Amino acid sequence: MTRSVIIVGGGHNGLICAAYLAKAGYEVKLVEARDRVGGGASTVSFAGGYSVSGLAHILHSLNEKVCRDLNLAGAGLKAGPAVDTISLDRQGRHLTLGANTASGDGLSQKDIDAYRSFKNEYRAYAAALDPLMMNKPPRLKDMDGRDKLTLAKIGMKLRFGLGAKSMREFLRVGGINIYDILNEVFDNESLKGAIALDAVLGHHMGPRTPNTVLAYLHRLRGENQGLPTLPPGGMGQVTQAISDAAHGFGATIRTGEKVKRILVSDGKTSGVELSNGEQLHADIVVSNADAKTTFLDLVGTGELDAMFAHRVNQTRCKGTVAKVYLALSELPQFGDLSPEQLGHRLLVAPDMRYLEHAFNFAKYGEFSRAPVLEITVPSIADTSLAPAGHHVMSVSAGYAPYELKEGWEQQRTIFMDKVIALVGEYAPGFEQLVVGKEILTPVDIEREYNLTGGHWHQGEMTIDQSFMMRPVHGSAQYDTPIEGLFLCGATAHPGGNVTGIPGHNAAQRILKTQGESG
Amino acid sequence: MKKYDAIVVGAGHNGLTNAAFLVKAGLDVLVLEKNEYIGGATVSRELHEGWMYSNCSYVCSLFRPEIYQALHLGEHGLEVVPLQGSTTFKQDGDYFGSYHQPAVRRREIARHSKRDADASIRFDADIMKWCRLVRGFLLRTPPDPASLKIRDAMEFAYLLKSFYHLTESQIYEFIRFFTMSIAEYLEEYFESDAILAHFSGGSIIGTGLGVYSPGTAYVLLHHAMGDVDGNIGSWGFARGGMGAVSKAIASSFQSMGGEIRTQAEVQQILVKGRQATGVVLATGEEVNAGVVVSNLDAKRTFLNIMERKDLPDELYQRASNFKIRGSSGKLNIALDGLPRFPALPIGSPLTLGHMHFTDTLERLERAYDDWKDDCWSSDPYVDTLIPTQYDPTMSPAGKHMMSVFVQYCPAEVEGGWTDAKRDAFGETVIDQIASYSPNFKDLILHAEVRTPREIEAEVGLTEGNIFQGELTLDQLMFNRPFPGYAQYRGPVKNMYMCGSSTHPGGGVMGAPGANAAREILLDLGRENTTPEDFGDD
Amino acid sequence: MAKHDFKQVLEPTPFHARVDEQSLVKNWTSWNGYQTARVYDTLASEYFAIRSSCSVMDLTPMEKYRITGPDAFKFLSHLVVRDISKLQVGRVTYVLWCNDEGKVLDDGTIFQLAENDYRLCSQHHQLDWLLLSSLGMDVNISKETHEVAALAIQGPTSCSVLTEAGFRGLAQLKPFRVLQTNLHGFEVMISRTGYTGDLGYELWTSPENALELWDAIFAVQNLYNIRPVGLDALEIVRIEAGFIMPGDDFNTAETTVRADHDRSPFELGMDWVVNFNKPYFTGKRALIAEQALPIRRRLVKMSVKGNKPPADSFLYDGKSGKRIGTIKSQVWSPILKANLAMADVEYRNGVAPSEVWAEIYYQKELEWRATWAECRIIDKPFWSHPRRSATPPGQF
Repeated sequence: MTRSVIIVGGGHNGLICAAYLAKAGYEVKLVEARDRVGGGASTVSFAGGYSVSGLAHILHSLNEKVCRDLNLAGAGLKAGPAVDTISLDRQGRHLTLGANTASGDGLSQKDIDAYRSFKNEYRAYAAALDPLMMNKPPRLKDMDGRDKLTLAKIGMKLRFGLGAKSMREFLRVGGINIYDILNEVFDNESLKGAIALDAVLGHHMGPRTPNTVLAYLHRLRGENQGLPTLPPGGMGQVTQAISDAAHGFGATIRTGEKVKRILVSDGKTSGVELSNGEQLHADIVVSNADAKTTFLDLVGTGELDAMFAHRVNQTRCKGTVAKVYLALSELPQFGDLSPEQLGHRLLVAPDMRYLEHAFNFAKYGEFSRAPVLEITVPSIADTSLAPAGHHVMSVSAGYAPYELKEGWEQQRTIFMDKVIALVGEYAPGFEQLVVGKEILTPVDIEREYNLTGGHWHQGEMTIDQSFMMRPVHGSAQYDTPIEGLFLCGATAHPGGNVTGIPGHNAAQRILKTQGESG
Repeated sequence: MKKYDAIVVGAGHNGLTNAAFLVKAGLDVLVLEKNEYIGGATVSRELHEGWMYSNCSYVCSLFRPEIYQALHLGEHGLEVVPLQGSTTFKQDGDYFGSYHQPAVRRREIARHSKRDADASIRFDADIMKWCRLVRGFLLRTPPDPASLKIRDAMEFAYLLKSFYHLTESQIYEFIRFFTMSIAEYLEEYFESDAILAHFSGGSIIGTGLGVYSPGTAYVLLHHAMGDVDGNIGSWGFARGGMGAVSKAIASSFQSMGGEIRTQAEVQQILVKGRQATGVVLATGEEVNAGVVVSNLDAKRTFLNIMERKDLPDELYQRASNFKIRGSSGKLNIALDGLPRFPALPIGSPLTLGHMHFTDTLERLERAYDDWKDDCWSSDPYVDTLIPTQYDPTMSPAGKHMMSVFVQYCPAEVEGGWTDAKRDAFGETVIDQIASYSPNFKDLILHAEVRTPREIEAEVGLTEGNIFQGELTLDQLMFNRPFPGYAQYRGPVKNMYMCGSSTHPGGGVMGAPGANAAREILLDLGRENTTPEDFGDD
Repeated sequence: MAKHDFKQVLEPTPFHARVDEQSLVKNWTSWNGYQTARVYDTLASEYFAIRSSCSVMDLTPMEKYRITGPDAFKFLSHLVVRDISKLQVGRVTYVLWCNDEGKVLDDGTIFQLAENDYRLCSQHHQLDWLLLSSLGMDVNISKETHEVAALAIQGPTSCSVLTEAGFRGLAQLKPFRVLQTNLHGFEVMISRTGYTGDLGYELWTSPENALELWDAIFAVQNLYNIRPVGLDALEIVRIEAGFIMPGDDFNTAETTVRADHDRSPFELGMDWVVNFNKPYFTGKRALIAEQALPIRRRLVKMSVKGNKPPADSFLYDGKSGKRIGTIKSQVWSPILKANLAMADVEYRNGVAPSEVWAEIYYQKELEWRATWAECRIIDKPFWSHPRRSATPPGQF
């Protein structure tokens, strides 16, 4: 008999898991609360006639194996142009950073050389973690054969892949902060600020916070596959392709249907109940929702052990980034940046102290007085996103803590205008070009995208919430205490970013434990 | 010219401990100290007439009882008196008192939160689990994870075996504890602001991290896993001040035939043919020895008293990047009498213990933010003690001495430290205490204010870092002080390290000194005179 | 917030004035932080008051929690391993609860006072665990140890004494039932419960009535022998009755530091309390898994031959055989003239050892001696009496 699966949530990981399971012959039904799939990786329209990627706006780490296995190219996935990173400078001394190259006024040859070797070294560390990333996290007691294999592979990769010297260095830096590392390696403050941004944006961390090296390594894993890109049609195009692939393998995808609870009896799941009262039954339920939503809301604490529920409840999952969409009447002028250059990824992250100060506010429930920005203007490469001659700008702005002391209701516009004004400091006259604007604070993100705390990664990616502790131990191998219920979202190992790996790993785990074919 | 079997550079408590175990094995050992007094930061000095100040380290609990016993420190005059309780004063005029008496302590926690009183049972048991685990590694040499040697593999097996005494979920909980911030860790147990602030203070003492920085939960152990006669987590005063600890070790060392020379600053470790052969003193005098052991911190050892040419590039780089941040200051204050703390009930025993004046996690974290910007905290976290209530030897009758440890105070302030800035820093601290004690300022007869600048200049701790290097993940266990150099051996033959820069790190513990001695004796083929952990089971 | 008196180490209970007055030897100990008598006069007189007439014990220090709200039942059912669906207003049930790993945290009793209104009594401090377990449930939990004064009136004449003291309707009160009544105008709740294995009652009232309640009971002392009894006498009778004591007979899970030093209900011989045919409760998964394996050890009731006290003794599978366990608590039973013990014993392949010997160290005039004594594992309570459950209990 064919095994039936319900997938709760159609974010990219839910879709990928659905595709794998459908491909293996399972009868897959995916239920998405929003009226379109994609979750945080979708395309939304705003200000009448403008389109933009919803949350994630750059594709930088969608896993190669996933693309290959599911033939996403065949399903219509288009990567779009690769982008470099341009760190903006008020005096126009912008830095341009590629995978290995750094250029810009005032950058010394020493720093340029250091950048290349630094990136090579750290990409090698990221690659060394591959066996861990592409498998379920091994348990540290009562290991199965696969766990032992994973650990052996990591051991080999570290000791013989990296070599004794790099292995020691990796073990030194793995748990610490990016601030110390960058100070050891580089002199140029602007360069350090730009790199540090990749280690902190989306996390409740500043450059000095230990764990930022780990966060940075997560970012670099994507670079091992190629440069970040701006997909044409926005991120929605990417998830639509995955959705089409899943559909092609036979998965049913239902949107606009919210799951109210996951049905559990006698410690086993039997399906889900929708908010309209309809019950859908299946042998297996896979949740793309974050751990708090899955366990505390959908399953309910009554079906869980008390300390387990407490652990889930204690996970740190409060977003720190607001999304600002801007409709522009024409392209802004950032010093001497050409329109082509404007099409790259632009940063306002002038130095690490600036970042750290921006983060200080978030610790006390305030938004940054001088925010940190990651900006894209996707309409340069894809003119279909805006009316002719017009453009859209997508800004990820930190730090905007979920729990704002004063509450977001009054503050959201103030913060949005602050972000616009800040862009204006780099592009004089910018305010006059803005013809439409919208902000999503973490509170809005939570509501719109059903992400607890409006957190990008469905939970902080610190060591204590990573690997065999993600989202919590006792449910870190994609299976859960509830028989037949699995996690497949960024809340599970290896965590956030549009990688598709949690969805892939969850599917592998299900196939392993529930039968290789439906 | 006489050639010693071993020279120990620096007479800090670890240098003396190391020397004592070497001499016990029959070696001819010389300890060289730049100051005219011994002890390094484990010292008591008369800086105001009639008053002895333990002007660096000020309490004793981590010191390994195994070493105490093996070196017969009791017979050499050491007496450690347990001190009682601790207090956090609140801004609203109330206080939280962590009493020594368990039933009273429990009720006091319950006064702030009934839930916290019960949660403290769970907390104590969990912390005890981690203490038991970590204590087992204190008197051992960390294995090198990149090594393919049998000894390292066996030591790793021992390490893994210790973990296997835990349940699977306890293993994960330990990893979490090891990598989390103290604030977030405590928030899994407690709800009361004052209790959270009270228990987290110990995790930032001496470190350039804030209460919300991951990794600080572990630092708590460096303050919690000590004990006085089996009372885990309790602190003690050494009668006569902390100098009594180093004096007792020195006395034990000398009674076995060891030799100490003070005012003998080592300028350089001599290396010939990739072998340490002795030292050159500041006076130019050369002293030869079979083995040279440095009690100095890793930066000073490699960047100051060794020649660049004797160091591999990688080691030189690592020493330059070694994180040894000044983050603490110290005030030592001579008092005309006991200060009053009107918040406390009359006759309260709480003045006998530690007193703190920071009652929320936010205030603690903001104190750290100031330090990140190279300023001393405008609202610092202080740890005060008045040891003269127990120890009559440290001040004239009826007078008192207050030791005030201050977090945070940067090694470098904008424009550099000056005496005026130092005094302004002292004023900040005194003002904070005075706002809880109306007669405090009037009682001050003399105050010694020490910023990292003073601590470094006098004791020789780089940046005045009390742990000889941050206790962060990148500098613990097999990473301490540097990956590949965590087994006490230096880059050249016959050269060793024995200071707190090595495993298991800072605190007046003696373990680095003993561990280094074990490795030296192993290399020399001598009998191991260092003690094994008593063990708990 | 009142500053507390640091000089008062142990807290007085609402009965303290009388307890202190009646205590001749002033032998105090701490019970959950309260000043409690170990012995008032002599152990023998107190023990025999329980077994042959009427005893009074200040029960206030027992931890008490009030649980109310729409999810109160759901919360309790999820907390404890027992099926409590038959519990109703006016009834009491014995329960124990476990952590996620199925290790016992504590035991106690649940009283249903009204619809969605329960009292949970426990040996140890449980507020943290109760609150932690209440996540996602619409329930209010508060500690009321200090707000409820409690007395245990136990012994064959306890019903007569209480009736004489002015309480009505006791004769018809069945075991584990509750009677809401009043005395001299104040409310008293009486439950037919106890820790002695004999006829007995527990009385619950507001602290301001405590002394009046005490006095009303002792007012009939001219008719019946009534004695206040301390914890030492209780220790004998609870072992005779075969009741376990968390913290003494086994280490409670929350305070366990060393792996494997905690115990599951099965390992405590409390299988009868565990019910898998009820909705999920904390520890269920772990206990189901544990039950599938042969039991490794068990807390057993054991009588030890002879009269030498087997305190802290090791147990062996034969004289000088292999070590298989330890004695956790033991008493000399005056009524059975036997050494009774609770012992932790290893089971091999799920089977109890066929032979158990205790190695006993004992002293005579400070000279220590060693001896061996054969032990017998007993399934039933060492001592029980039909009057414990007879309704009406009859006149004694």
